[in-house]
Amino acid sequence: MKILVPFKRVPDPATTIRILPDGSGIATDNVKWVINPFDEIAIEEALRIKERLKTGEVVLMTIGQSNWQEQLRTGLAMGADRAKLIVTDKPLDTLTIARVIAKVVAEEQPRLVILGKQAIDDDSNQVGQMLAEILGWPQATFASKLEIEGDRCTVVREVDGGLETVAFPLPAVVTTDLRLNEPRYASLPGIMKARKKELKEIPIESLGLDLTPKLRVKELKAPPKRQAGRKVGSVQELVKLLHEEAKLI
Amino acid sequence: MDFELSPAQEEIVRQVRALCARFPDEYWRDKDSSHEFPHEFHHAVAQAGYLGIAIPEQYGGSGLGITEAALLMREVAASGGAMNAASAIHLTIFGMGPVIHHGSEELKQRCLPAIARGQIHCSFAVTEPDAGNDITHIKTAARRQGDYYVINGRKVFTTKAREADKVLLLTRTTPIEEVSKKTAGMSLFLADLDREAVEVRELKKMGRHAVDTNLLFIDNLRVPATDLVGEEGRGFHYLLDGLNPERILVAAEAIGIGRAALSRAVAYAKERVVFGRPIGRNQAIAHPLADCYAKLEAAEMLTMKAAWLFDARKPCGAEANMAKLRAAEACFEACDRAVQTLGGYGYMFEYDVERYFRECRMLKIAPVSQEMVLNYISEHVLGLPRSY
Repeated sequence: MKILVPFKRVPDPATTIRILPDGSGIATDNVKWVINPFDEIAIEEALRIKERLKTGEVVLMTIGQSNWQEQLRTGLAMGADRAKLIVTDKPLDTLTIARVIAKVVAEEQPRLVILGKQAIDDDSNQVGQMLAEILGWPQATFASKLEIEGDRCTVVREVDGGLETVAFPLPAVVTTDLRLNEPRYASLPGIMKARKKELKEIPIESLGLDLTPKLRVKELKAPPKRQAGRKVGSVQELVKLLHEEAKLI
Repeated sequence: MDFELSPAQEEIVRQVRALCARFPDEYWRDKDSSHEFPHEFHHAVAQAGYLGIAIPEQYGGSGLGITEAALLMREVAASGGAMNAASAIHLTIFGMGPVIHHGSEELKQRCLPAIARGQIHCSFAVTEPDAGNDITHIKTAARRQGDYYVINGRKVFTTKAREADKVLLLTRTTPIEEVSKKTAGMSLFLADLDREAVEVRELKKMGRHAVDTNLLFIDNLRVPATDLVGEEGRGFHYLLDGLNPERILVAAEAIGIGRAALSRAVAYAKERVVFGRPIGRNQAIAHPLADCYAKLEAAEMLTMKAAWLFDARKPCGAEANMAKLRAAEACFEACDRAVQTLGGYGYMFEYDVERYFRECRMLKIAPVSQEMVLNYISEHVLGLPRSY
């Protein structure tokens, strides 16, 4: 079974993020880039499905500049078979990204697309859902367990207050939650082999899509500094403050 | 001039970090206090193929250079595993050099793939109670008897012998009185560590308790002639080839431990509030840490240069020695400052910096003492007369 895993490159979660003085974006000097952690879980799941079924192909893709190759190589080192880099230096909104992925899906014809439920930089949580809608495929978001039997897929979803199990026919789109698996680290032979695997660069213009963003980021602001807490004398006083001052109850 | 790591080297660093992250400080603390070999860690490193990093591809390795091996060892030590982690794999990473370069095809086919897979643990027995830096004076003797050699003698500071299946053993096949040059007449064996003929007695020591250090009593150990590495009588020269890579790797390990200590100290200096402010705001705390950082960076430059020279097949004796000198020093200072920064907690086992401190002391002694490095530089770089 062919599985497509689209991923986004994001700043390492351990990096301290600084916002540019003019609020137009984040300072990228000294930022280490990694595969979005939820997408890394998606890569791991795709590899596990392939290993379980003992057949198939895992294809990675991302959309960005030429130097995003590095993260694709990381995925290839983990064990993916080949990769596609849709090259652009323009910022794209989520709908355009979903449309670009849909184009690659049309060409690759995978039975399953797995991706992270959201990217940890902008936390949009939209691409998987939009992609399923564009393709007209079933979708299962926030997967914490995934099973495939023949042409059917069963996913356990993490929803508010519990777990929901859904079953649907393939092809489909699945987005991953944190507890689905623990991604592997690449072996040394894996790293060496990854250098020789196919990595195709495709200019985004060749896809024939309208790339005009429908959404524009106007400004980024750091969250306000946390104020120091306050000690209260009694439960009565706490309840009174929560009611009258914080207006929470 | 290019200081940039290649994408593959960057990837090795990233993936080794990811592997080591599964073995946090608690793991090493536990192994150190229970004197238990870190089998789980060793297994994970072997499974991921890193043991064979410098073993040629045709013998089951990845055929990479000392540069990549140094990056691996730096990250392994920097994870907080320090010398317990480094010594668990160090000998497999660099110690097979003499076998790779001089061993018979049969010996290599027979041993290297299993060593690269981590199925055979190998120990390294060179130093003797009466011969350390003056290694030509070893007394362990191998006598040929038909298709076998019979070996008798004693070895000291033999790392990992408790776990080892094989031992790379330096012996005299011709007594020192009978050779024209004292470096001649020594032979190297990759022998089975037969417990019937070799008594392994563990030595108690200051730190690195997860990996044993031993005294070996070798009593009529029979070794097939096929286990002889290269030619009889040339063992010393084969061993020499491995000295520079070892110094480079030890330097990288020292830098890793220094980084681990510094990161714990910096984190503590940011968090610990005394007199209403984080202690890191005091320059008496901050400056020594900044100084340690700069010294570790400088030592790393020297280490990576030495590794680059070695991999480019250029002479690197001076650089490898100086790298080990500076790295061991910078590491010791960083560990000492880390203990000082953490104050009373720094002396406590559960804050880990005292463990790094105990372990890193060894690096000023092994694999060559700081003093012998200075002798080397005096004599071979500055051209001063030899003092010994």
